[in-house]
Amino acid sequence: MAHTHGTGDGNEPHRRDVLFLATGAMGAVGVAATVWPLIDQMNPSATERALSSIDVDVSAIEVGQQVTVTFLKSPVFIRRLTDEEKAAAEETPIADLKDQNAQNALHPDDSATLKHRLVDPERDFLVMSGVCTHLGCVPVGEAGDFGGWFCPCHGSHYDTAGRIRKGPAPTNLPIPVARFLDENTLKLG
Amino acid sequence: MGNIPQEHYEPKPGAASWVEERLPIGGLISHLQNFPTPKNLNYAYVFGGILVLFLVIQIVTGIVLSMHYQVGDEASFRSVEHIMRDVNGGWLLRYAHANGASFFFIAVYAHIFRGLYYGSYKAPRELLWIIGVLIYVVMMATAFMGYVLPWGQMSFWGAKVITSLFGAIPLVGDSLTTWLWGGPAVGEATLNRMFSLHYLLPFVIAGLTVLHIWALHHVGNTNPTGVEIRKDSIENVKKDTVPFTPYIAIKDLYAIVIFLILFVAFTFFAPNYLGHPDNYVEANPLVTPAHIVPEWYFLPFYAILRAITDDLWIMMIMPFDAKLGGVLAMFGAIAVLAFIPWLDTSRVRSTTYRPIYRWWFILLVIDFFVLMWVGAKPAEGIYPIIALIGTAYWFIHFLVVLPVVGLIEKPLARPETVEAAFNAKHGIEPGSGKTDAEAAALQPAE
Repeated sequence: MAHTHGTGDGNEPHRRDVLFLATGAMGAVGVAATVWPLIDQMNPSATERALSSIDVDVSAIEVGQQVTVTFLKSPVFIRRLTDEEKAAAEETPIADLKDQNAQNALHPDDSATLKHRLVDPERDFLVMSGVCTHLGCVPVGEAGDFGGWFCPCHGSHYDTAGRIRKGPAPTNLPIPVARFLDENTLKLG
Repeated sequence: MGNIPQEHYEPKPGAASWVEERLPIGGLISHLQNFPTPKNLNYAYVFGGILVLFLVIQIVTGIVLSMHYQVGDEASFRSVEHIMRDVNGGWLLRYAHANGASFFFIAVYAHIFRGLYYGSYKAPRELLWIIGVLIYVVMMATAFMGYVLPWGQMSFWGAKVITSLFGAIPLVGDSLTTWLWGGPAVGEATLNRMFSLHYLLPFVIAGLTVLHIWALHHVGNTNPTGVEIRKDSIENVKKDTVPFTPYIAIKDLYAIVIFLILFVAFTFFAPNYLGHPDNYVEANPLVTPAHIVPEWYFLPFYAILRAITDDLWIMMIMPFDAKLGGVLAMFGAIAVLAFIPWLDTSRVRSTTYRPIYRWWFILLVIDFFVLMWVGAKPAEGIYPIIALIGTAYWFIHFLVVLPVVGLIEKPLARPETVEAAFNAKHGIEPGSGKTDAEAAALQPAE
């Protein structure tokens, strides 16, 4: 189209070229702005986003017991570790771990020692996501080769501190943001 | 319409001509009815027709089921039981739809392996083949989403596992899964969108099917000899082919009747044989069933997904973990099908004339069934090793065997024409005076 309205100098952009590009760019922005709401509607709605914290009464949990609560539509395990389980977790050298990060929302850069996996290092509560980091199944407790959790779907073995030891899962079971409000109340989120 | 010479359609004077001048639909119907089809097609070629029928069965039963189905955390499971118990004939419609999906896949696998055996993907049919691969992929997505709708335990955990696959993608994985779920985990929002897409995708399949058949009618069918029909004149076309109606249509209908007998036998006498009892337990986000497996038609690819583990040497040199590795292997195992037209280096289409490749083809079919079998087994003991060997062969077949055997193999002598192959098989003397229709009528029902 430059040929018909050219000024004679073939190298300079012409009026038509500028209009063509500008119209095209405007059109692309328009298409993107139109498509975005159609894509974004699939992201979590305000109803879903509103469910972001819960309080749990943990007074009834005995040592060696596990309670599963629903938090953000997914199971969270709350388990009081026995002395044997704590000892087993502490004796494992960090170098043996497939994922050496604590995967704790409150200790993002720390190594996966038992201390960094517990909500309160002074207490025996292990609070962690009950969603296998492989493909999202719920691991079964007190099972697997390491006495911790075993995922029935694709055979991931977690140890007594919920750290991945064997199988396809890439990371330790993550620890959500959690803290004790008082002796018996645990706040998730 | 295509590049096969065909008798020109002349509408009758009057209404037919009036319509034809405005919308040439009579010509289209005439083309479809009289489409010159190789006269040596065997029963491996009947599955295309069966697939069209099953697409229709699925759409019709699906639309009426959706008149009674409800979406919701509690509503979905309840409404499916309502269909089973209270809706007039609801049990039949649901069982037909569920088993219809299985038989749809039986037919599509037969159709795909027929294409692989007779080289139906080779030039000039690459696009025809690739559209077919696309149809297969959309079929899998549709079937997966349909299985989620009853919102039983298998529905829920199947949805969780399959959508979690996308979490393996680096950087965007987490945002992508949240976007797919519409929440922090699989829930009502996920179920709702799956229903929407499950209703939409069959029509996408229908559209792709139109393109698939359009491409087929442009280039023409392959046939068991792999020799192209002669397209230089109508006379030669008539020597190599028969009109689709009635010859091929009746043959297809016969196969459809046999296939439908099997289908209704399952629907009436073993409606849950291909399903899982766990899906009659309502979805529970806190408990995963002890042994979750996908529907049988996904098992070969599920086995490939699980076969990739971190202790493999190949994963030690890869810059990503086994979770992404498994996902890439699974999608790769399907995607590789689209490249077959260029991976096959053989000059010869039909495996009938490929003495070496034939054995590798048989091995591929065995491999497919081994993967299907091992995909249903727990991932422990000997099974992961079998899955790994099966996975390795799947890729070796397409990436190594197909290119290499094509180069080193000396193919057997092929017939000159489809007519020659047909006459030799049925003992017809060339120039015996029989018309083509008479000759075709001599063809025994194999």
